[in-house]
Amino acid sequence: MNYMILIYGEPAKEPAYGTPEFAEMMKGYFTLNERMKADGVLRGGEALQNVETATSLRVRQGKVETMDGPFAETREHLGGYYIVDVPDLDAALKYAALVPAALYGTIEVRPLMNYNPSD
Amino acid sequence: MTPAAPSAIAAIQAVETVMRQDRGRLTAALIARLRDFQLAEDALQEAALSALTHWGRSGLPASPQGWLLKVALRKAIDRLRQAGREDRKALDQAVLARDEADEDDTHPIPDDRLRLIFTCCHPALEEKSRIALTLRSLCGLTTAQVAAVFLDPEPTMGQRLSRAKAKIAAAGIPFAVPGPEDWPDRLNSVLTVVYLIFTAGYAQGPRTGTDLCAEAVFLAGLLVTLAPDQAEVEGCIALLLITQARARARISPEGATLPPADQDRSLWDAAMLTEGQGHLDRAIARRSPGPFQIKAAIASLHCGIAPDWPQIAALYGRLLDYEPTAIVRLNHAVAVAEAGHPDLALQHLAPLAETLSDYQPFHAARADLLARTGRPDQARAAYALAIAGASAPSDRAFLQARLDALG
Repeated sequence: MNYMILIYGEPAKEPAYGTPEFAEMMKGYFTLNERMKADGVLRGGEALQNVETATSLRVRQGKVETMDGPFAETREHLGGYYIVDVPDLDAALKYAALVPAALYGTIEVRPLMNYNPSD
Repeated sequence: MTPAAPSAIAAIQAVETVMRQDRGRLTAALIARLRDFQLAEDALQEAALSALTHWGRSGLPASPQGWLLKVALRKAIDRLRQAGREDRKALDQAVLARDEADEDDTHPIPDDRLRLIFTCCHPALEEKSRIALTLRSLCGLTTAQVAAVFLDPEPTMGQRLSRAKAKIAAAGIPFAVPGPEDWPDRLNSVLTVVYLIFTAGYAQGPRTGTDLCAEAVFLAGLLVTLAPDQAEVEGCIALLLITQARARARISPEGATLPPADQDRSLWDAAMLTEGQGHLDRAIARRSPGPFQIKAAIASLHCGIAPDWPQIAALYGRLLDYEPTAIVRLNHAVAVAEAGHPDLALQHLAPLAETLSDYQPFHAARADLLARTGRPDQARAAYALAIAGASAPSDRAFLQARLDALG
């Protein structure tokens, strides 16, 4: 099964660039990437730029409304994701627990929609 | 020829008996083969209906469980075909399982209930759903009975159960016993569900028409059989039995809640107490401590003629390592007070005031400590809060007596 591991963080709580904690965090991501590759489960993954760079859009009454930043007033923002192909939720949760952001943010694990159930 | 009516009644009774006793085992066996919770339940339900007709006509089969399993698998295949699902794999699996069951229906059905309980109690499900699903699938309660436990309308509970089963399927929650590294956490999740079922039964009494305490003891006993030599499982059943053994004595003839030390011991169930103590002794001998063993040990210490409060306080202190919750801190403080340090206990309570402001036992404990440390005015105010928050008349009576004693 394919799962998306969504990484939500609160920028204020993340380690600052240049601190030993930041280095530790980077090492954590590196180790996780290597492990997922070695296990043959990594299908993809990207990091997003800061939430300040986001533009939101919706169409209302035929008019395009754009807005600086995310619409929702949430404190935790999507910062990146992985897609893993693993046998079940337990396996996906194991990788999710290794995402360094789990220490200060929230990781959401969701199965991808499968349009071909015979797979 | 057998007269129709008596044989129909006999068939209904037989089906009801088998479904009550073996629903969990059959559901587990079907899920293991079909990999689909909802399909397994629906197919079993259909098989039970079909059994009414067939058993009424031709009498009870040699193995009613084997018969139900076989028929349920056929019903599942029909359903998969009717739905015209593209799901070739599911159909193949079901056909394979049916052929296997057809070949050999005298063998006892392997017990897959351990996998079932771990699935029902998976932490990816909401806690209430875990309890509901466990009662429905393992204990064989009807949806109406589960709804009554939570005082929910039946359709609401039906939706909750469906959502939980749909999540198990869609999110890929495995039908499996967890591996060694996940075992302690996941077992704790299972035992917590069992314990919550027990405490719900203990608090509600028989008013919902379901003896939840008995269901919890049944589940704990099942775990002792299916996961033997596990200290925490033994700790859990010990806790339930030691608590249950005193249930009849916990309310005085006047209707007030009595602490174990003040209870009429002749009302205790001595055999159940001994059985619980035996489980606890075996658990402790395994030298693999855990929260359920600690709670059982505390319950056991309460059975002494005079409870060993310093020891109880020490055990609550250890329980905090596993469960650093406000409730455990409160219990710890109460034990510290009973061990002869009410002032220290009051200090322990102070930081809990905000978190537990709506928790009636907090006010009851605080009132008692204030009274004991010579603060009658503050104690009266705390008793008023405790009495206002008490739901059971027996608790109100007990607290009122304490308040009156303050003068």
